[in-house]
Amino acid sequence: MSIARFWRETPRRYNLGGSKCSICSTVYFPPRSVCPTCTHHRRSIGKMQPLQLCGDGEVFSFSIVQDAAEGFEMQVPYVLALVKTVEGPMLTGQIVDVDPAEVKIGMPVHAMFRKLREEGRAGVIHYGYKFAPSTAEDRRPHRGGSHEPSPMAEPPGRSRASA
Amino acid sequence: MREVAVLGAGQTKFGELWDRSFREIGIEAGLQALVDAKLESAQLQGLFLGNMAAGRLIDQEQIAPLILDYAGLGNRNLPAVRVEGGGASGALALHAGYLAVASGQYDFVVVGGAEKLTDVPDITGNQITDSAADHEWEVVFGATLPGLWALIARRHMYQYGTKREEFAAVPVQDHEMAAKNPNAHYRNKITLEQVLGATPVAQPLGMLDCAPLSDGAAAVVLGPMEVARKYTDTPIRISASQVACDTMALHHRRDITTLDSTAVAARRAFQQARRTPENVQIAEIFDGYSIGALVALEDLGFVAKGASGAAFAAGEFGRGGRVVVNSSGGLKAQGRPFGAVGVAQVVELVRQLRGDAKDRQVAGANLGLAHDVGGTGATSVVHLLERTN
Repeated sequence: MSIARFWRETPRRYNLGGSKCSICSTVYFPPRSVCPTCTHHRRSIGKMQPLQLCGDGEVFSFSIVQDAAEGFEMQVPYVLALVKTVEGPMLTGQIVDVDPAEVKIGMPVHAMFRKLREEGRAGVIHYGYKFAPSTAEDRRPHRGGSHEPSPMAEPPGRSRASA
Repeated sequence: MREVAVLGAGQTKFGELWDRSFREIGIEAGLQALVDAKLESAQLQGLFLGNMAAGRLIDQEQIAPLILDYAGLGNRNLPAVRVEGGGASGALALHAGYLAVASGQYDFVVVGGAEKLTDVPDITGNQITDSAADHEWEVVFGATLPGLWALIARRHMYQYGTKREEFAAVPVQDHEMAAKNPNAHYRNKITLEQVLGATPVAQPLGMLDCAPLSDGAAAVVLGPMEVARKYTDTPIRISASQVACDTMALHHRRDITTLDSTAVAARRAFQQARRTPENVQIAEIFDGYSIGALVALEDLGFVAKGASGAAFAAGEFGRGGRVVVNSSGGLKAQGRPFGAVGVAQVVELVRQLRGDAKDRQVAGANLGLAHDVGGTGATSVVHLLERTN
C-alpha cells in the first residue's frame, strides 16, 4: 500500500473523525458526504458536519482470528470485533489488552491509538484504533459528540501497557 | 422484455488444476456449452464473463476478449464484457447476459465464469479473498472474510440460539453431495466431529467451515425462449434474474444476521417469476462459509428467521428434504473458483431440471433457485430456473 493511501485517512483512523447529518442528526463513521438515512437523500448534500466519536462503545459481535489478515500474522490469535459506539456507528476493529476467552457480547470497550500492522521489516507502519475493555471509571459520563477534533488521547487516570 | 432460456451448459472440473491455464479452462467450459446447445458458432453475438480477480491472480486484464479469442471467435469482432462483483461475479455476468437477450439487443450469448486461484500461493489467495470486504475500514483493521462471517455466526448464535453443531452440519452435507459429482473439488465424506475439531480459522469457524480456493470454469448459452426448442430438447427458462446490493462493510448493515441484499433479491425474483419459496424443489445457495448457508435459507424465505439451524440439522434441506440444497456439493465441496461459482450453480440446476444429473438426480425437480453472494453480502444475486415441459 502506498504511503499516501494510508496517510490520507489518518484524521479518521487516528482521531475517529466521523460526520453528522445536520438534517436528521444521524452520525456516521467514516464520514459520508451524503446521508443514507434522510428521506430526501439529496437534501443532505453539503449538510454533513464533522463530528468526532468519543471512542466508547460495546462489543456487538466478535471472533478469535487464527488465520490472520495481511500484516497481522504476528498477532494471532487476535480478537476481531464489531463495536457499537455510543454515538451510533458500528466499527470493525481488534479488542486488545484482554484474554480472548473473556470477551463477551455487550462488553464495554473504548478506542485506543495503536500500531495496526507493518509492511515487512523496513516498510511503513500503519497506526489506528483498536479497542480495550473499559472499567466503570473509564466511562466518563459525558464524552460524546465533540465537534472539536482532538487526538484520541488516553483520558486521565487510565494507564495500560500498549498492545 | 422477452423470455430467456438456457440452451446449453458446460463446466470444467473444479479443483487444483495445476496442469491447466486460465484460458484453457475458460474455453473448455464455453465450448462444452456451445456443443450442448446445438448452435452454430456464427449465431453467437456476445460473451459475458464473470471473474473476480484475474489482474491479481494471473496478471491479466481484458480477459473477456482473451477468452473470446482463444475460443476461436476473436476475428468475428463480437462484444465481450467482463463482469465483477466479488464472489458473485459469475451470477452477475448471468444477469447481464439475461438482460442482453431479454431486451432483444442480442439473440444468442455465452455467459461464462472462470477463475484461476492456484497460480498464486494460498496466502495470496486468501488476501485476494479478503478484498471482497471493505479494504479501508475492515481489512486494514484486521478483518478477514472468514472473520467477518464469523462475526455473523456469533451474532446469529447470540440472537437465535443457533448451535455450533447446526452450521457444522452444512459442510458435512456438502461433502456427501459432492461425492456424487465428478466435477467436485472434494469428493471425500467428512464427519461432524471432523468439522468441529478442524483447525480454527476465525472462531467459531474452522477450516472445514470455509470453502476452498479452487480453479474452474462454467458456461451457459442463452437464447430467446420462443426459438429455444430448435436448439435443445429441454429448454430451461430463466424465470427470474435479480440483483440487490447493500452497504460494502458488514458494520454498516441494519442487521448482521440478515443479508438484506439476499432477502430483497429473492423477494423480487419470486415476484418476477410469480412463484413462492414453497414452489422450489432444488436450490444452489452460497455456503462459502457454513453459517452463510443457514442465513441464506432464512433470507431466501425457505425457513423463518432464526429457525434455519434446527431445520438444517434435521435434514429438511438434504436429499429427500423439502428443498434439496447444493446437490453439486456447493462452494464448500464442489469448489469455489470465485467467478465460476454463480454460473456453475446454474449449470447444476440445468442438469437437475433436465433430468441429466445422473446418480445425484433430484426426482421431480421443476423449479430451481440459484443464490450467490459477494463478500459479506454487498452483492446478492438470485436466479429462478424452470423446466417448461
